[in-house]
Amino acid sequence: MDATIVQAVLSGALIGMIYALIAAGLSLIFGLMEIVNFAHGEFLMLAMFSSFWMWELWRLDPLASLPITAALMFGVGVLTNRLLVMRVLNAPALAQIFATFGLGLFLRASAQYLWTADFRAIQDPFLSRVAGGRIALGRDVFIGVPQLVAAVIAAVAFALLGLLIRRTRLGLALQAVAEDRSTAALMGIPAGRMFDLGWGIAAACVGIAGAVLASFYYIYPSVGVTFALLAYIIVALGGFGSITGALIAGIMVGLVEIVAPLLLGIPPAYKYALVFTLYLLVVLVRPQGLFGRY
Amino acid sequence: MLDRRLPAPLTLTALAVVIGILVTTPLLINNNVFHHTLILIGIYAALAQAWNILGGFAGQISLGNAIFFGIGAYTSSLLLVRAQLSPWLGALAGMALAMVLALLIGYPVFRLAGHYLAIATIALAEIALVVFQNLEFVGGAAGISLPITRDMQGRPTDSWWMLQFNSSKLPYVYLALGVLGVVQVVATLLDRSWIGFFLRAIKNDQTAAAAIGVPVARYKLIALLISSACTALIGTFYAQYLLFVDPETVFGLSLSVLIALVAILGGAGSLWGPFLGAVVLIPLAEATRSQLGGRGTAFDLVIYGLLIMVIAVFQPAGLTGLPERFRPRQRTSVAPAAPADTQMEESLRS
Repeated sequence: MDATIVQAVLSGALIGMIYALIAAGLSLIFGLMEIVNFAHGEFLMLAMFSSFWMWELWRLDPLASLPITAALMFGVGVLTNRLLVMRVLNAPALAQIFATFGLGLFLRASAQYLWTADFRAIQDPFLSRVAGGRIALGRDVFIGVPQLVAAVIAAVAFALLGLLIRRTRLGLALQAVAEDRSTAALMGIPAGRMFDLGWGIAAACVGIAGAVLASFYYIYPSVGVTFALLAYIIVALGGFGSITGALIAGIMVGLVEIVAPLLLGIPPAYKYALVFTLYLLVVLVRPQGLFGRY
Repeated sequence: MLDRRLPAPLTLTALAVVIGILVTTPLLINNNVFHHTLILIGIYAALAQAWNILGGFAGQISLGNAIFFGIGAYTSSLLLVRAQLSPWLGALAGMALAMVLALLIGYPVFRLAGHYLAIATIALAEIALVVFQNLEFVGGAAGISLPITRDMQGRPTDSWWMLQFNSSKLPYVYLALGVLGVVQVVATLLDRSWIGFFLRAIKNDQTAAAAIGVPVARYKLIALLISSACTALIGTFYAQYLLFVDPETVFGLSLSVLIALVAILGGAGSLWGPFLGAVVLIPLAEATRSQLGGRGTAFDLVIYGLLIMVIAVFQPAGLTGLPERFRPRQRTSVAPAAPADTQMEESLRS
């Protein structure tokens, strides 16, 4: 096969893994309380800035500060739930959309106010120095080490998330609340605390994604916008509330974004148009997404 | 729902007073900033009302209405630049194109509900954004500047036929109010006709509406067609006012969201909600931008974001729902939380 195609497939799958992790958090929140977090991209941006500042101030590599970033974001998620989301839980769907949308705008504007709109990057992070920053997989096919490690970490986080939800008592409780809030409450599961936990885990997932992206991506206040847009598409494509759907749709989107322009001979500038078209085509056939229940 | 309309003579008087104020104040207060704000109020109130026909009356939430706005703005602008066609004819062409697009996307998209629909509309507008940013034929990401109408001596001049006024903003004020008036009348007629009843039935319970014989798909499409034509018309007017169009401004997600936000702040589904929302939100946004937004610090957007959250939390029903708060309670409702909860779930599931 053509080397550029192989290269594109690899790059697409790697970035797709990160998309999937971002989308998983979104899907988890929706599955739990049927709310779409329109501030998800800004959570990602906060995580990237958290990595950036720990590097800038204390020379902590994004990889080393990843647990701190994930913990911080867990807190951001819980706070968001307590201060904002619980207050609109019984409001009309429109009010819910705008509550989280307002939060996103607030966070993005605050980041620009505090840290300016400049593009920043972490110079020479640890991963870019490992093996010269890239691994050759044959003639003309290379994988960037930061991208590879990012995808591996995302895959591990994804697997842990799956285990947590499917194999632990806590996960069972989360599933019970997602299934039927009031019946779960009658069984003694505190729904409020499960919502806190869901938001915490979702934000921590996006925190991990932000931390691994910080090693090789520019960091600026509106960096989350495109990622979030893709995450909404991925969640809707995979089916709202389905974690497996998020994984498969995430990788699909990563592949389409990078491979499709190459195969169809369309300029890469149109890559998002292709992704959105793919989404529309899929929901035409399956309005509930690939793995959605309803 | 109970009919809470004011008695007819009172409504007419209130209407006459509002129209009177809108028509006379631009003459009395001859100030460019004031005129500009009025024009923006007219544009956003009309856009929000067009959104309201679909999102408020029929409950089909669109976060992609910018696509019709952009089609309207670009169609008339391109016809003007490339064929020297009057924007009046360009507006008609734009409305026709928007309706054709609405027909093409309406049927498939309306099979989706709730968040799926909202995200599909975002996706559609984003596709248009990417295409317009990259097509050289329509000016690419840089956009199109419209030529200034000049007289024999080459001086900028005013022309109703070319829909361009270089000496004063006043004609634009009345045009904006006129466009708003047209959209408002369209919405009122719809609201009072059987179409309005059908749309509300679809909003309340689509399955029940279908069961009693409402042709759900057809009426959603009718709402979309009317909404798209109105939005495209406003797009042409906007392009003529700024004499400039670029993809990010006319197709961007932030415009789609602002349109919905104005309607929701005022009160989605109510006839005067969008106007009220624009009257409150647009001057506020303009004032914070001019007072706080200098040097690209985005502080105005910090306030704006906070404001949106506060509205969502404390007044989710919008401004037209405010009187309810201060009205003395006549009946004590039993367990108000549970019905609201199930209603929300229903609306998302349906």
